[in-house]
Amino acid sequence: MSDERKLTYAQAFNEAVSQMMEADPDVFCAGEDIGAFGGVFGTFAGLQAKFGEKRVVDTPISEQAIVGLGVGASVTGLRPIVDLMFMDFICVAFDQIVNQAAKLKYMFGGDATLPMTITTAGGGGLSAAAQHSQSLEALLCHIPGLKVVMPSNPYDMKGLMISCIKENNPTVMIKHKRLLGMSAPVPTEAYGIPLGKGNIIRPGKDVTIVAYARMANEAISAAKELAEEGIDCEIIDPRTLQPLDTDLIIDSAKKTNRVVVAQEAVRFGGLGAEIASQIQELAFDYLDAPVSRIGAPFSPVPFSPALESQYIPDAKSIAKGVRDVMARR
Amino acid sequence: MDFSSAKQFDLHRRMVRIRLFEEAAGRLAEANKLPGFLHLYVGEEAVASGVCGALNDDDHITSTHRGHGHLVAKGGDFNRMMAELMGKSTGYCKGKGGSMHISDTSLGMLGANGIVGAGSPIAVGAAFANKYRGRGQVAVAFFGDGSTNIGAFHEAANMACALHLPIVFACENNEYGEFTPRDKTMAITDVVDRAAGYGMPGVIVDGMDVIAVHEAAVEAVERARQGGGPSMIEAKTYRFYNHHGVQNLGLKYRSDEEVAVWKLRDPIFTFEDRMIENGVATRANFDDIWAELRADIDNAIQFAEDSPYPTPDQITVNVYTSMTGAN
Ligand SMILES: Cc1ncc(C[n+]2csc(CCOP(=O)(O)OP(=O)(O)O)c2C)c(N)n1
Ligand SMILES: [Mg+2]
Repeated sequence: MSDERKLTYAQAFNEAVSQMMEADPDVFCAGEDIGAFGGVFGTFAGLQAKFGEKRVVDTPISEQAIVGLGVGASVTGLRPIVDLMFMDFICVAFDQIVNQAAKLKYMFGGDATLPMTITTAGGGGLSAAAQHSQSLEALLCHIPGLKVVMPSNPYDMKGLMISCIKENNPTVMIKHKRLLGMSAPVPTEAYGIPLGKGNIIRPGKDVTIVAYARMANEAISAAKELAEEGIDCEIIDPRTLQPLDTDLIIDSAKKTNRVVVAQEAVRFGGLGAEIASQIQELAFDYLDAPVSRIGAPFSPVPFSPALESQYIPDAKSIAKGVRDVMARR
Repeated sequence: MDFSSAKQFDLHRRMVRIRLFEEAAGRLAEANKLPGFLHLYVGEEAVASGVCGALNDDDHITSTHRGHGHLVAKGGDFNRMMAELMGKSTGYCKGKGGSMHISDTSLGMLGANGIVGAGSPIAVGAAFANKYRGRGQVAVAFFGDGSTNIGAFHEAANMACALHLPIVFACENNEYGEFTPRDKTMAITDVVDRAAGYGMPGVIVDGMDVIAVHEAAVEAVERARQGGGPSMIEAKTYRFYNHHGVQNLGLKYRSDEEVAVWKLRDPIFTFEDRMIENGVATRANFDDIWAELRADIDNAIQFAEDSPYPTPDQITVNVYTSMTGAN
């Protein structure tokens, strides 16, 4: 842990995959353009050169078959990493994800194990419009049988990706497109971060901000701004959304008595709603204000930068949410 | 088939309009004046032009992520297209869709599409409606070679044949899906080999030859219009620029020689030479046409640059037909 070597979020992902492929010959990757080209976001760069075409497979544009490949290969003993280039494309593969991968074990009375990881890239901010910018994690978290991971920084990326690959259940690793270039110290050795364990990014006493993926970083900026106004924010990054580290969130809520949940996804029916609901069930008597939710408006992601910049929540909208919650007596 | 000189000029004009629009868009993107992804159609102009030249205004087309060429060929307005690419409120989609969702339903252009393969089932729906209403309209699904590997394409092709719908499947086989060559993702060389499996006829045409494409399209569209059912055209073509944007980004996935060989077969310049050779046109005719259309493009860029951005209150407008819904 002592070395200060830095990796980007994309490189941290790559290193996790590479180290797990070295450690376990049953790990392989399959996806569109991930071979010679290294993936459209460069996250698979160099892996085919290192491990060969047998273990890093360029697939046709066939999302259903890509996930199906993972289901079939995992249930027969391999440990697949299957990539869906953009998160929006989970919709094309939804039967294999929701009706097959998530449910085989249960439907077979336990007689199936699916150690597979679906990797994909979510989030907006690139003017990529309504079919290449979505944050659809709530759809996945609603499905019993899946685990869902959304790292906010390079360190978490590497540790969580390693845990995803080692996990014996179907797991969805959602990279955020806008974080791919984020650089930070990452240990060289392989390490895991347990799925379902959140992280207190910043301790504080006045108010809790629960935020994940890119919003965790926006929350850090918001907290700096708010500190100057004398508001001491505690930031919790759940890191894994399914299973959710409810204990960590509840403990913090009991301590600060005020909570803002920030997500990039459409606000209605999102993770924020689930988290707010858990808090009111488990910490109602401790609350000094209703739990506030920051999220996107109820519309598809607009293309024009003039609209998208207003659409996606940011440090400003999180800070405003915190101020509103603090104003409650 | 012999085509009148007027028809030849019409096909030529469609191609030049596409070329100029795309070149302008490419230049603007390189100058960081266009947000988002940009999939250029340069090199493939003969396909959209040859096919759309066989359609009536009220026929329908569905498109792909590489959709500007289809809209231009169907008669798209430069001003509204350029404004959309810039994300302006005067654009075809009021700035909400951008390059990948550009559309004009009044021209029967049912949208570029960000999801590979997603256009073909929609064309089947349009063909169904056209048959249902019995007005003799035809639908064309434009699709890439790579998109024939996705379930949606197979379901669409099969259903169109099962229901004997008035539709033409127009494949732009440019030998690549993004950065991966076709032979890595398909065990067949010709996409049209798939047609027989659905029960429809198919032909291969030189996609760099607008007359060859047009001839095949006239036949296929007539068949569909007369109740003869679906058919497939595979146009062998090539995109001159990168999968998105202009320059090669990242690793090299095709050789300079390969690109150069295809560029020698430029669909516009070879057609101009042929028209001159056949005594249909003079170089001066073409100079005038390019100059006229260049002026249109310059005006469109000006129009788009002068146009306002949409205001934030527009974010939640157009989600539903009437303003209801949750928040
Ligand atoms: C369902 C889906 N998968 C993957 C992509 C990413 N993608 C965009 S274009 C493209 C290649 C399409 O190839 P092809 O159909 O041959 O069209 P071309 O780009 O060559 O015109 C891919 C893989 C996508 N947009 N949608
Ligand atoms: Mg192609």
